[in-house]
Amino acid sequence: MLRRLVRACLAIVGLAVFAAGPANAKVEDDTIYLGAAISLTGKYAANGEHTQRGYDLAVKMINDAGGVTVDGKQYQLAVIYYDDESTPARGAQLAERLINQDGVDYMLGPYSSGLTEAMAPVTEQYGIPMIEANGASISLFQNGYKYLFAVLSTTEQYLASSVALAAELAEREGRDPSTLTLAGAFENDPFSQDIRAGVLADAEKYGITVVIDDQLPPELNDMAATLAKVKALKPDILVVSGHDKGASLAIRQIEEMRVDVPLLALTHCDSADIIGNFGAAAEYTLCSSQWAPTLSYSDDLFGSAGDFAVLFEETYGYAPPYQAAESAAAVQVFADAFERAGSFDKDAVRDAISATKMETFYGNIEFDETGRNIAKPMVLYQVQDGNYVVVAPTKWAAADVRFPTPPWAER
Amino acid sequence: MADNLALLFDAPLLIVQLLIDGILIGSIFAVAAYGMALVWGVMNVINIVQGEYVMLGGFIAFQLTLWGINPFLGVPVAAVILFLLGIGIYYGIIRRVVDKDMFISLLATFGLSILMQQLMNQIWGSQVRTAQSGLSTWFLFDYQVTVSQVKLVAFAGALLIGGLLILFLKRTRLGQAIRATAQNPRAARVLGIDTNKVFAATYGINAALCGAAGAFVVMAYSVHPYTGLPYTVRSFMIVVVAGLGNLPAVILAGLGLGAAETMAGFVLGVQFQVAFVFCLLVAILVFRNTMLGRKRRYLK
Repeated sequence: MLRRLVRACLAIVGLAVFAAGPANAKVEDDTIYLGAAISLTGKYAANGEHTQRGYDLAVKMINDAGGVTVDGKQYQLAVIYYDDESTPARGAQLAERLINQDGVDYMLGPYSSGLTEAMAPVTEQYGIPMIEANGASISLFQNGYKYLFAVLSTTEQYLASSVALAAELAEREGRDPSTLTLAGAFENDPFSQDIRAGVLADAEKYGITVVIDDQLPPELNDMAATLAKVKALKPDILVVSGHDKGASLAIRQIEEMRVDVPLLALTHCDSADIIGNFGAAAEYTLCSSQWAPTLSYSDDLFGSAGDFAVLFEETYGYAPPYQAAESAAAVQVFADAFERAGSFDKDAVRDAISATKMETFYGNIEFDETGRNIAKPMVLYQVQDGNYVVVAPTKWAAADVRFPTPPWAER
Repeated sequence: MADNLALLFDAPLLIVQLLIDGILIGSIFAVAAYGMALVWGVMNVINIVQGEYVMLGGFIAFQLTLWGINPFLGVPVAAVILFLLGIGIYYGIIRRVVDKDMFISLLATFGLSILMQQLMNQIWGSQVRTAQSGLSTWFLFDYQVTVSQVKLVAFAGALLIGGLLILFLKRTRLGQAIRATAQNPRAARVLGIDTNKVFAATYGINAALCGAAGAFVVMAYSVHPYTGLPYTVRSFMIVVVAGLGNLPAVILAGLGLGAAETMAGFVLGVQFQVAFVFCLLVAILVFRNTMLGRKRRYLK
């Protein structure tokens, strides 16, 4: 008897929780909820944290400035986070959960192309607009998705600028770019393989011969085999892409093995902190970046790119990697779109995002029909005297590129 | 592939370079493999958490550098901390699965490895960490061949640790008890050996070995909470090749594996480097099986 009573009570409580649960959490009172599944644990945890901090900082700044005005009423922004454990399957599950259980109608992207690839079909199926800032793979924008938008430049542009720069430098020296040789080592994951495709396409455009094209397994902790080959073949350009680990390994072992290469280009230099970790060995390295604090972009919320960097460092105690900057920009796009849409209808918001045309501290943002931001170029840093200095494209360059890298015997 | 082979013939010094790099990394694999061979041989437990102990050792040495302490001191410090941790883990978890089915111990250590990964991620974050040893590089043959001094120190350290371990097992009472327990735990118990203590010591020594290896890894390569697996896989492979209870063979197999792997990475391309390790494992198992089959025929 007692047991039946307890069970009935439980059932009622359960129903009540279910009914009163956050089925309509998208806009409650005066708060707009955005959903995000981010890698807080697992192999992407470091960059997941940068992403979350970027989101949080933008939300805080927008709220402090009065929030978002939609149809004459002020709203605050809030983000519901889950940890996707850096695994795509979990990311897709959490997207379902955010939409079905938490009732979120607007999503911020996860970290990495792989996770975005897993979540985009879900948001697409429910017609939920997702603005992402950390999935750069070009393949994300070849599926005809209508609700996916990316504020960052896509992968094929990452290191293509380094090939163009090498060609430009060769011409300046009176050398035909088609006599150049290129060596590449790219991790075996969607992101780096996209970069590889971009680099190879650009090499072909300039008639550059690719002499090494190695694919690094994700679990590899040693690049000696590739670098021995580089040493023997003496290419003019060496391109390495393997997230943070690839950048650290490359710098350390290139110094150790005294591999002389006139131009070395990497991704993820700043998130791997190659300057802090390797000091002088990192000099002359070219690094592709979505953003740099020295760029002359600005907006009303954060001020200039430099102001954002100062604010971020005051808040979190370290200089913002571009992953944080682009994440903050994604929130700004949402705020802007809500105001222009003047309603919370998912499709109205989606159309407003699609029509975005704004200047932010992170760069200009304007989406093409596939959802990519086409208004912002990639920049190329070089490590010069212990600092990242923008050297390309010429429009943003703060200094001339130092080329060629002197051989180790003279460094 | 043909180009790469031709390159080796044109520049034979490259072979020297690859062999050196391979043997040096192989020595680190060998240290982790000693530990695995011990635990496997004595306790019949395949310790999947091996690679995470290596990473933890690396993180401890890294932490010391943050406090301004030379990372070489990390080798003994990591070994001691991991020894204590290993004993704690033995009494907390492993003790309960030692005489169970091997599947249970596999699951237990697999679970432990996930736990350790997440804990390391919580404590040190998921950045790739390295420690600067302050040592430089030797150059031979007009910069053609480079030998990293820290890797050489790691190599010497690995051989020293191997030698000490062999002496320890042969000469000390505890070592003899460990060997007796490995041969026959029941008989050892009958003779008054406290096998529970022997198991605890064995597991602690294994963790200490991994910790020392990890301190070398952080100086010569890099550590990350989630990249322990290659060390577990290589240890497993080395032990399978060398057999249990044969430490000199473990050292040789470790060095050989490192060298073969690096050569394969060069000739076949790095993308096949790990695949090569697994193919080699299969080939060796098949070979061993046919040899055993032949022996069995004689016995008949």
